[in-house]
Amino acid sequence: MPGLGASFGRGAATNTQQDFINSDCILIMGSNMAEAHPVGFRWPMKAKERGATLIHVDPRYSRTSAHCDLFVGIRTGSDIAFLGGLINYVLTHERWFKEYVLAYTNASVLIEQGYKDTEDLDGLFSGFNRESRSYDASEGHWGYEGSPGDRPDDAEETREAAGRGGQGIHGYGLMGGAISHGQPRSEMTAAPAGEPPRDPTLKHPRCVMQILRRHFARYTPETVARVCGCSAEEFTRVAELLCENSGRDRTSMIVYAVGWTQHTTGVQMIRAASILQLLLGNIGRPGGGIMAMRGHSSIQGSSDVPTLYDLLPGYLPQPAADPGHDTLDGYIEHEGLPTGYWVHFRKFVVSLLKAYYGEAAQPENDFRYDWLPRIDGDYSQLLTFERMSRGEMTGYLVLGQNPAGGGPNAGLHRAGLRQLDWLVVVDWFPTETATFWKNDPDAPTPDQIKTEVFLIPAASSPEKEGTLTNTQRLLQWHSKALDPPDDCRSDAWFVYNLGKRLRALYSGSTDPKDQPLLNLTWDYDHKSPQRLPDGTLSRIEGEPDIDRILREINGRKLDEIDPRTGRPRLLSGFSELKDDGSTDSGCWLYGGVYPEPERNRAADRKVNPGQGIQPDWGFAWPDNRRIMYNRASADPEGRPWSDRKKLIWWDEAQQRWVGHDEPDFEPEKPPGYRPAPDAEGMEAIAGDEPFIMKPDGVAWLFAPGAIKDGPLPAHYEPVESPVGNRLYPDVAHSPTVRLLRGPLNPLADTPTPEFPVVAFTFRLTEHYLSGPMSRFNGWLNELQPEMFVELSPELAEERGIEHGGWLTVRSPRGRIEARAMVTRRIRPLLVEGRTVHQIGLPFHWGYAGASVGGNANDLTSVLADPNVSMHEAKTFTCQVEPGRLAGPVARPTVPPTAWPDTRPIPETPTASQPEGKFVRSEPPQ
Amino acid sequence: MTTRELEVPATAPPSGPVATILGPFLPVDRPEPRTPTGFYTDTTICIGCKACEVACKQWNQLPSDGMHWSGDSYDNTESLSATSWRHVKFIEQFASAGTQGPSRWLMMSDVCKHCTAAPCQHACPTGAIIYNEFSNVYIQPDICNGCAYCIAACPFGVITRSNLDGHAHKCTLCYDRQRDGLVPACAKACPTASIQFGPIDELRDRARRRVEELKSRGTSSAYLYGDAPTENYSNLHSFYLLVDRPSTYGLPESPFNPWLRMRGDYLRSLFGGLAGIVVLLIVWTLRMP
Amino acid sequence: MFELPILGRAGWPRRRPQPFSPQSVAKASRLRGATVTPSVCPYCAVGCGQLIYTKAGRLIDIEGDPRSPINEGTLCPKGANAFELAVNPNRLTKVHYRAPHSDRWEIKDLDWAMDQIALRVKAARDADFTATDSEGRRLNSVRNIGTLGGATLDVEENYLIKKLFTAGLGVVSVENQARI
Repeated sequence: MPGLGASFGRGAATNTQQDFINSDCILIMGSNMAEAHPVGFRWPMKAKERGATLIHVDPRYSRTSAHCDLFVGIRTGSDIAFLGGLINYVLTHERWFKEYVLAYTNASVLIEQGYKDTEDLDGLFSGFNRESRSYDASEGHWGYEGSPGDRPDDAEETREAAGRGGQGIHGYGLMGGAISHGQPRSEMTAAPAGEPPRDPTLKHPRCVMQILRRHFARYTPETVARVCGCSAEEFTRVAELLCENSGRDRTSMIVYAVGWTQHTTGVQMIRAASILQLLLGNIGRPGGGIMAMRGHSSIQGSSDVPTLYDLLPGYLPQPAADPGHDTLDGYIEHEGLPTGYWVHFRKFVVSLLKAYYGEAAQPENDFRYDWLPRIDGDYSQLLTFERMSRGEMTGYLVLGQNPAGGGPNAGLHRAGLRQLDWLVVVDWFPTETATFWKNDPDAPTPDQIKTEVFLIPAASSPEKEGTLTNTQRLLQWHSKALDPPDDCRSDAWFVYNLGKRLRALYSGSTDPKDQPLLNLTWDYDHKSPQRLPDGTLSRIEGEPDIDRILREINGRKLDEIDPRTGRPRLLSGFSELKDDGSTDSGCWLYGGVYPEPERNRAADRKVNPGQGIQPDWGFAWPDNRRIMYNRASADPEGRPWSDRKKLIWWDEAQQRWVGHDEPDFEPEKPPGYRPAPDAEGMEAIAGDEPFIMKPDGVAWLFAPGAIKDGPLPAHYEPVESPVGNRLYPDVAHSPTVRLLRGPLNPLADTPTPEFPVVAFTFRLTEHYLSGPMSRFNGWLNELQPEMFVELSPELAEERGIEHGGWLTVRSPRGRIEARAMVTRRIRPLLVEGRTVHQIGLPFHWGYAGASVGGNANDLTSVLADPNVSMHEAKTFTCQVEPGRLAGPVARPTVPPTAWPDTRPIPETPTASQPEGKFVRSEPPQ
Repeated sequence: MTTRELEVPATAPPSGPVATILGPFLPVDRPEPRTPTGFYTDTTICIGCKACEVACKQWNQLPSDGMHWSGDSYDNTESLSATSWRHVKFIEQFASAGTQGPSRWLMMSDVCKHCTAAPCQHACPTGAIIYNEFSNVYIQPDICNGCAYCIAACPFGVITRSNLDGHAHKCTLCYDRQRDGLVPACAKACPTASIQFGPIDELRDRARRRVEELKSRGTSSAYLYGDAPTENYSNLHSFYLLVDRPSTYGLPESPFNPWLRMRGDYLRSLFGGLAGIVVLLIVWTLRMP
Repeated sequence: MFELPILGRAGWPRRRPQPFSPQSVAKASRLRGATVTPSVCPYCAVGCGQLIYTKAGRLIDIEGDPRSPINEGTLCPKGANAFELAVNPNRLTKVHYRAPHSDRWEIKDLDWAMDQIALRVKAARDADFTATDSEGRRLNSVRNIGTLGGATLDVEENYLIKKLFTAGLGVVSVENQARI
C-alpha cells in the first residue's frame, strides 16, 4: 500500500512475523489475525507468553479478540478517528520519542507558505479542485519550503516544473502504485540547495511538527469515543499501553490487514499508523514496525513482479500517455529521483527492457522503450469490470481469481462477464467465475448469455515449481513433487504456450504493432527433460523451465560469460545493474535471489538454531534484509538505542555496520557522514538518515505529494455511513473518492432510514476468500457448512430474528439470505448519542461448490479510492429482516464427498494404510 | 531439492488368503513397552482454528461428516465420533449489554482421553481394545466386531460406531506415526502449541508448572483435569488445562469408572439369582402334590 | 479368556493385557519409503513450509515442515487441508468448453483450446490495437482484453503474464487481487 511507501519508502511490511516475539505491545487493528492468519498468530501468542500485551481494536469480537489482553469494539470505518486520537494523545502528553523523531523524520522541515490544512479549510486540504474532485499537491503547496514547486501561484512555469501537481505524470490514481513506491516527485522535496529548511526547535508554525499538532488537536478522547462508539477510558487505556511500551528500551508493533485497506480511506489509515509508529520511535527496530498481513500466498510477489496495470516490475510506473513519458529520458526524468536510492532508476528500466526485448533493445533505439503500452486511464479491476458491463471488453482471461464471487458488488462483475465475447478461466475447480452462465441464480437463462467460456484445468501447487513471496517479503521456492493429472497444467505452462502460439500466428509480420511480441525473449524450454524428485521423467510437454525465469528476474551481466555455465554471468545483486544495456533484470528488486549458478536463494532451507533472524531460510527483498530501515535501530551516532533492542550498530573498529540483520543501509557509510550540498543519489543520504528510499533520507510524518487524498490523514466517514462526519461536518466522506454510481452500482445516500444497519465483511479460519479453495473441500466444508450473519441479541429482538433461523440482508446492490448467528460478541454501539447496529458477514460463500450460500459481496459496492482504486467492502449500510429470500437460491453444484480418495496408498502394506478409509462392508441400503 | 526420510524397511505383514483369514488368531509377539505418551491440551492458548481436526482427518483419511450448521458458536463438529477424532469446542461467555460480567470465548480441542484404566478396554469382549506399547488405548480395527459395548462404557462419550463399516473407531493417538517417531498429526499441526504431545510424565510436569505460572499472572481459576487419579477414576493420558468447571467444556465433573461398582453388582446379581432359585424351588415344592 | 472383577486385584480395575493383532504389530507410518519434497502452503501469505510426500507418483500426505522458521511444522486447517486441494474428486482434469448461448459444458482437447484462445486473443488485439489516440498521444495499447489474477500464482508466472500481455501484446488491463 502506498500508505507505507509514502511514509517510509517501501510499501511492504517492515518487520517479520517471527519478530513479533521481540515486541512488548502489539496493536492488532484492521486485522483478524488469529482467524485469517492462524500460523502467523503463533508469534503474537509467543510474545504474549513472554509478557507482551496484545490489543485488538475491531468492530467484532473474534477469535483474535479472545486472545488479546484488551479488546476495544469500534464502529467500522472509524479507524482514523481512533488513530488520530492516539497521535493526539502522544503529542499532547509529550510521549513521543524526541531523539528519534528529530533525527529520523521530517518533523522539523518547513512546509510551503501556501499550504492550508483541514483545520483552515473546514475538512479539506489546500489544492482541492471541486470540478475534478481531486487534489493538486503543487497548487496546494504540500511541498517543502524552497522546493522547485514552491513558487507563487500565478507563475506559469509552476506546473510545468512540478510535473503535473508534483505527483509525477500519472493522473489516474496510480502514483504511489499498488504497493510500494509512493516515492515523491523530486520537485516536492528537494530544495535548490539540497537540504530543505528546518527548525530543530520544532517551534516554527510551518514546521511539520506544529502542523501535526494543530491537525490532530481535535481528535480528543471524547471525540474518539463519540465517533468510534467506544468509551474514552478504553481509548486512553490503549494509548497508555502503546506509550508505556515504546521508547529506547521497549517497542510496540501494529498489525493490519484488509480491515484497513478495504476502505475508501484505507491508505490514510495506514498513514495514520505510520505517523503514530514514527512518533513512538518504533520503525526499523526489533519488535516494532507495521506488519501488513496479506491474504494470498504470493500477493506480495504479484505486486513486486506485478500483474498490475499501473506498474512494471520493481515498482517502476507503467508509462502514461503523456508527452512527458514519450521518451525514455523523459520518463526517467519525471519518475526518477536525483537523491536516494531511486537515483538508479535508469538502470532498473534499461535492465528490464533488456530482459523483455533482448537483442532488439539497444541504446540507439531507447532500448525499445516505445514498445511499452501507455496507460491513458484507470485499467484497474473495478474500472475494467465497469467497462466490461457496458460491453466495452471483448475477451478476458482469469487465472486463479474469482471476480464473480469475490469481487466487490459481485453482481456487477457477473453482469460484466455476460457482456464478454469470450472468457478464459484457469482454475482447479468450476468456480463462480467459470460457471456464471450456468449456476448464478440471479442470471438470465444460458441461451441469453453469449459468452464463450474456456475452462482450463490448472496444476495444483505440489504439481509445479516456483517462488512465492510471503507477507514479510520472503521469497520461498516450492519444488515440484509430482506431475499434474491428465490435462491439468501450470499457469506458467498456459501463458508460455499461449505466447508461443501467438508468436507463431504473428510470425513474419512486419507490422510495427507486432514487433514487441515477435522480439520478446520467449525461450524458457527445459534444456534437458524435467525430472521429478523420485527420479522419474515428467510426462508434461512444453513446461517452461521456471529456474530460467527466476534467473532472468534476478538479472545477468550480458557481456560476461560465466565459464561454469557458458551463459552470461548472474548478477550478485541489484548494485551490479548498469544503465548501458550490458545487464538485464526482470525485476531489480529481486536482484540477488539467484546470484550464482545452482544457487537459488529462494530455495535456501538452512536453519541456524537459536537465532532470531534466519538469513539462510529463503531470500527477503531487498538484498535479504529482514527488518527494513534497520539503521533506525541505532541512534544517530550508530549505537543501539538500548541493549534490549539492539539489531545493527556501527562498529568503529571494522568501520562498518554490523549486527543480527543485513543493514538496510550502505554498509560502510559512517554515522557521521554528511553529504556535499550538490550530492546526488546515495551520496546525498547522510550517515544518520535511515530511510534510503526517500529523497531526503528520513521518514515522512507529513507526505509532500505522493498521496492523492492529502498529506495527512483526516477522518472521513465511509461513503455509506449511519452518521455525519463529526470531525469535519462539511465533508462527509473522502472528497476524492470516485463513487462510480450507476444502475448496477447504486449507493445509499446516507444516513438513511432505509438502510440503517452498518455491515462489514470478515473472514473465517475454516474458509478461504470467496471459496474456490475451500468450498469444494469436504474437510473444510463440514467445519463451516453454511453462510451466516453475526448480529447482536438487541438487533435480533428488534427485528424478530431467531438465533439459528433465517434472515435476509438487503443493500442497495442486492439481497442475500443467511442463517442468523445471534451472539453477544456483536454489540450495539452508542455513536453520536444514538444506537448503531453492526452486523458481520463472512464473505466466503457463493453459488459454486459443495457448500453454497449467500454471497456477502453481492451486497458490497464498487467505489474507488484515489490512490489505488480500492473499494469499501469493510463498511456499507443495509437492512436486516427475518425470513428467507423469495425466488431461486443457489444449489450445490458438486456433490459432497466423504473421502478425497478411496484408493489404497500405493506401495504401502495394509497395516500402514490410513485407518479412516474404512468403507461399508455391505452395499448401502 | 529432495530429501528422503524414514528410510526404514517396512515390516512385512502377513499376506495371502490363509494369513488374511487366520491372521487375527495367530499368536504374535507383543512389542516391547515404550515410554508412555499422551496429550496435554492447554485450552488457554487454543485459538479455535480447528487445524487439529483437519490434520487428523487428513492423516487418517477420515471421511467428512457432511454439512450441518449447528448454530452452537463456531462448533459444527458437535461431538467426537467414529469419524471425528478431534473436536474443537467453543464456549461464549458474555454478559448481556450494559451489565458487568465475564467477557470471554473459551476454546478447547477435545479428543479421546486414553485413560490409564479405560472402561472401554475393560468392556470389549473381543480383545479389540488394547493398551499399546505407548500405553495408549487403541482399537484394533481388524479385531473389532462392532458390538458397541465400548460405547456404553466410555464416560466421556468419545467412541461411536460408524455406520459406514459398522465398527467402533476413535483417536489412535497416531499409533502409526508414533511407531516411526513422528508426532501425532493434530499436535504437530497446532499453531499455538495448545495441543502438546510427549512422554506423559514430562507433560504432567510441564502442565503443573504452567498452572502455577498462570496463577501467578492472575488466572486463579486454572487447573488440570485428568492429570492425577481421583477416587473414582484413573488419570488420563490426554489431560487438559481448564479455567472453568469441567461441565462448561462438556466434560464430566467427576468421571466414574463403572467397574468400581461391578464387584457389588456381581455379588448382588449372584445372591439375587440364588435367592430367585431358592424361591422357585420353594414354590415348586409347595405346588408339588 | 475373561476375568471376573469379583476376583480382581487391588488398584484400578484393568483388564489383563489383550493380544496384539498381526496388523497392530506390523503398523507403521505410510511415510516409510516415500519421496519428500519441500514446498510452501498455497493458501495465505504467511508462507508456511510444507513437506509433500509422494509414492509411485501419487500424493500421499502433506504436512508442515518442522524446519521452517515461519511455521515450525505447524499448519492451520486450510494448510492441513492442502492435500484435498490436489486430490479431490471435484477437481477439473479436462478442458471444459461452453459455446455461446449453450447450456452445457463440452469436454475438449487441450491443444484445440489453446489454439482457439490464441486465435481469439489475436483477433481481439488486431481489432483494438491503438498506436496513438485522437489527441495524438502515443498509446500502443490494447484495451478490449485483459487478464486477472496473480496473487495466488508463483512470482515467475506473474512475470510471464506481465511480459506476454503488457510488454508483448500491449494489453493494459493486467490486474490481480493486490488491489482488491
